[in-house]
Amino acid sequence: MSTVVETHDHGHHGPAKGLTRWLYTTNHKDIGTLYLWFSCLMLFIGGSMAMVIRAELFQPGLQIVEPEFFNQMTTNHGLIMVFGVIMPAFVGLANWMLPMQIGAPDMALPRLNNLSFWLLPMAFGILISTLFMPEGGPNFGWTFYAPLSTTYAPSTVNYFIFSVHIMGISSILGSINIITTIFNMRAPGMTLMKMPLFVWSWLITAYLLIAVMPVLAGVVTMMLMDINFGTSFFNAGGGGDPVLFQHVFWFFGHPEVYIMILPAFGIASHIIETFSRKPIFGYTSMVYAMSSIAILSFVVWAHHMFTVGMPLAGELFFMYSTMLIAIPTGVKVFNWIATMYRGSITFETPMLFAIAFVALFTIGGFSGLMLAIVPADFQYHDTYFVVAHFHYVLVPGSLFGIIAGVYYWLPKWTGNMYDETLGQLHFWLTFISVNLTFFPMHFVGLAGMPRRYPDYALQFADFNMVISVGAFLFGITQLLLVFIVIKSIRAGKKAKPEVWEGAGELGLEWTLESPAPYHTFTVQPQVK
Amino acid sequence: MAYLSKFSFKFYQIIFLILPATLLGEAADYNMSVGVTEVSREIFDLHMLIFWVCVWIGVVVFGIMFWSLWKYRKSKGAVAADFDDNFWLEIGWTVAATLILVVIAVPSTQVMVKAYDDAEGEINIMVTGHQWKWHYKYLEDDISFFSNLSTDPEQIYNKMPKGEFYLKEVDEPLVIPINKRIRFLITGNDVIHSWWVPDFAVKQDAIPGFINTAWTNVPEPGIYRGNCTELCGIRHAFMPVVVRAVEQEEYDAWVVEKVMLAEQEKLLTSKEWTTEELFERGEGFYQTNCVACHQVNGQGIPPVFPALEGSQITLNDAPRQIEILMEGVQGAAMASYAGYSEVDIAAVITYTRQAWSNGENGDGVIVTPQDIVAYKNKTEL
Ligand code: HEC
Ligand code: HEM
Ligand SMILES: [Cu+2]
Ligand SMILES: [Cu+2]
Repeated sequence: MSTVVETHDHGHHGPAKGLTRWLYTTNHKDIGTLYLWFSCLMLFIGGSMAMVIRAELFQPGLQIVEPEFFNQMTTNHGLIMVFGVIMPAFVGLANWMLPMQIGAPDMALPRLNNLSFWLLPMAFGILISTLFMPEGGPNFGWTFYAPLSTTYAPSTVNYFIFSVHIMGISSILGSINIITTIFNMRAPGMTLMKMPLFVWSWLITAYLLIAVMPVLAGVVTMMLMDINFGTSFFNAGGGGDPVLFQHVFWFFGHPEVYIMILPAFGIASHIIETFSRKPIFGYTSMVYAMSSIAILSFVVWAHHMFTVGMPLAGELFFMYSTMLIAIPTGVKVFNWIATMYRGSITFETPMLFAIAFVALFTIGGFSGLMLAIVPADFQYHDTYFVVAHFHYVLVPGSLFGIIAGVYYWLPKWTGNMYDETLGQLHFWLTFISVNLTFFPMHFVGLAGMPRRYPDYALQFADFNMVISVGAFLFGITQLLLVFIVIKSIRAGKKAKPEVWEGAGELGLEWTLESPAPYHTFTVQPQVK
Repeated sequence: MAYLSKFSFKFYQIIFLILPATLLGEAADYNMSVGVTEVSREIFDLHMLIFWVCVWIGVVVFGIMFWSLWKYRKSKGAVAADFDDNFWLEIGWTVAATLILVVIAVPSTQVMVKAYDDAEGEINIMVTGHQWKWHYKYLEDDISFFSNLSTDPEQIYNKMPKGEFYLKEVDEPLVIPINKRIRFLITGNDVIHSWWVPDFAVKQDAIPGFINTAWTNVPEPGIYRGNCTELCGIRHAFMPVVVRAVEQEEYDAWVVEKVMLAEQEKLLTSKEWTTEELFERGEGFYQTNCVACHQVNGQGIPPVFPALEGSQITLNDAPRQIEILMEGVQGAAMASYAGYSEVDIAAVITYTRQAWSNGENGDGVIVTPQDIVAYKNKTEL
């Protein structure tokens, strides 16, 4: 990615030299690169926390960490993975690819773009620093239910609240930028229904973000008031309502989970059509499916709260609405398969990740459907079955989507092909370890192991050992990804402009030379 | 023939007896518990129904996908077809998916209506989640008690082999009679907990300020074990639920005994206690109720949990200590222990004022059950 430095001969004003290039940059590619490396760093920090969790759970009994620290690890692992890895990585990909896909020179609001990135290291710096304070960091789960996160929280919760506010501002600014770019900077001829699916997915995601990030900001502000200014939003003792917290949180939280998957849908669509050498099947229905998922995602939030004691009508409503969301999700899967059907398929690394994405995300969709069945959810809720579900949609779902996207566009970014053999190795190790880690979680969950437990009954011992071994393997394997990326930045077979056979017709990004010039389209292309 | 029948007997034995027996026997280790109540069985059936629906959808969808990947691979010379849309196909699979969901939704709704019936119970029990133990109060009888994890910390810290019911055992289980409709009124005292017994398929959040209801009717005597399933702080994993379901006669006898014990306990309050007696009783109480935060050696885990050894309150301020134990500390993890007997509270206060170096360095004031009674009388006015 830093090879864009060498491309200054393409523009008269190349990037500045040294550190200031990255501090002051307003270039969408530089900012995309920053986002992606930030996300990569966070992946390893959040990942090490997962390693601590799995090391403690390797055997029953407390061996490595105390329950208090264990809770801090689960909480920060969740927060970092959601807000520090998946979301920034998608924004990074958006920064790199949106202008290239819509035929624009850069993002619409470049300075804002710089600000939205640089807010992130601040937010996470604050969050992570709490771990080193005497009272320790947040320990109330990434869902931070009140009153555990208010009355009963360590005082460092105030840093956590501040940090969430900053993350929220960063996301909102980023979304404003993305929406403005998409609406104003498309090449002539690119009507909405001709936009690449990744652009569509991000347009919808950005709207979701703008809709729900203020809700998150609201809920943490209410916490702040309860903790420091004597209000009782969530304090039953003062007439408040702890369940209100959950409603507000999940009104943000459920759309949030779709924020974390929609861009991956977009990426998978591009990769599957490229390597099937056949245009995406049912483009229109793909767009409608994403839109209906986004709209439905506002009316399913309480499926995370089936055990809080809602009235029967409420339980049934949220069961039916959640089941509905499975329909557009299913339609997307069918469309991907119909794209492969009668294609001419090759299996380069991005395609392998995309195929695994379709298969394993679908497994996560199945367990989601099971969780939606209220009476059955009484047994699944807050067990490892839920942990299995959301890891299937988030790791082989969102994260595979990101990794697939990185392999797919890397040659366009660096001008060099990545090492295909190593890529394949990385895929297979990741694929095996991901299933080794997360599949047995279904079993321990069904058998009754609750989540967020630092220690467990003996009957769960065997599976937990397998899970931990899988997790360690997964963790180590990701170092290979970093190696492959760096290797391709430094050298490699030169990539052609279209990079992948036949891709030239699939999107504007493949009409640019590889690596793409520092300023993307200085002359607007024409779309037929 | 004889040989054959002998063989087939063995064969069938293996297939029909041993295999299912091992599978079923072990099933509890990787599948949802079938449970013992009508509702839990119906939920299990529902779970298996959705599971198989998902499996079959998976077989079809993944079947087509992997077949396409294999059949249309370029290395075999596949040439891409030229189509990218089919309106009726899209409508078709949308409708098919909807129909499948309707088929699942109908039985789900039925089971849900049944599980959620909140009519009065024949026996009503108030279940309160505390950090980190359960409190049970029988509304019809004058019985109430706490239920604490009884696993030895030495087992948790691997200094001793772990027992069969490691982390699934308590000092005093909830006792209910079989074949009676039991209604649970579930609430929380501090943070949110969740009361779960898989074999009854009852999981309800215990939320401060709310009273949730759940019910069960257990047909078989037995010991049923469950957990707290809502993150509630440090010892979330260490507050299991154990329910003992017994025949009606045994239950009646238990109630009588419990009520009698409670009376005796009341008598104890008026008895004259020596410092040694209080110390001894207080030590036991401290071990089950206070060590989680203040630690066995009284050092606490500063700054969150203060040390009791050398604290100004345990050394020189008995009235404040009574107040702390009776009222808890607002905004901190220190809860009120007012639910316990006067004897226990007096004993644990005396213990903490005598133990470690506090006996030597403090003012030596002894708190007796009468002091607690006096405190109660004063505050109730
Ligand atoms: C859930 C953890 C927890 C448990 C269990 C607990 N305490 Fe505390 N205790 C605290 C905290 C936290 C404080 C500090 C409260 C404050 O902010 O002043 C405290 C304060 C105290 C104090 C005042 C000490 C001082 O110097 O301020 C006494 C005395 C005390 N506890 C006694 C007990 C006794 C006796 C028990 C057992 C019956 C007990 N505690 C159980 C958490 C706990
Ligand atoms: C077919 C689509 C899906 C359905 C029907 C579904 C359903 C559910 C349900 C009912 C729960 C609550 C389970 C419980 O707590 O008892 C849940 C949890 C969760 N889901 Fe999904 N889901 C789907 C897709 C997704 C996707 C796409 C993502 C993210 C990429 C996702 C992420 C999560 C997360 C993070 C949780 C756990 C939240 C927590 O309690 O910490 N799900 N899902
Ligand atoms: Cu959800
Ligand atoms: Cu708990």
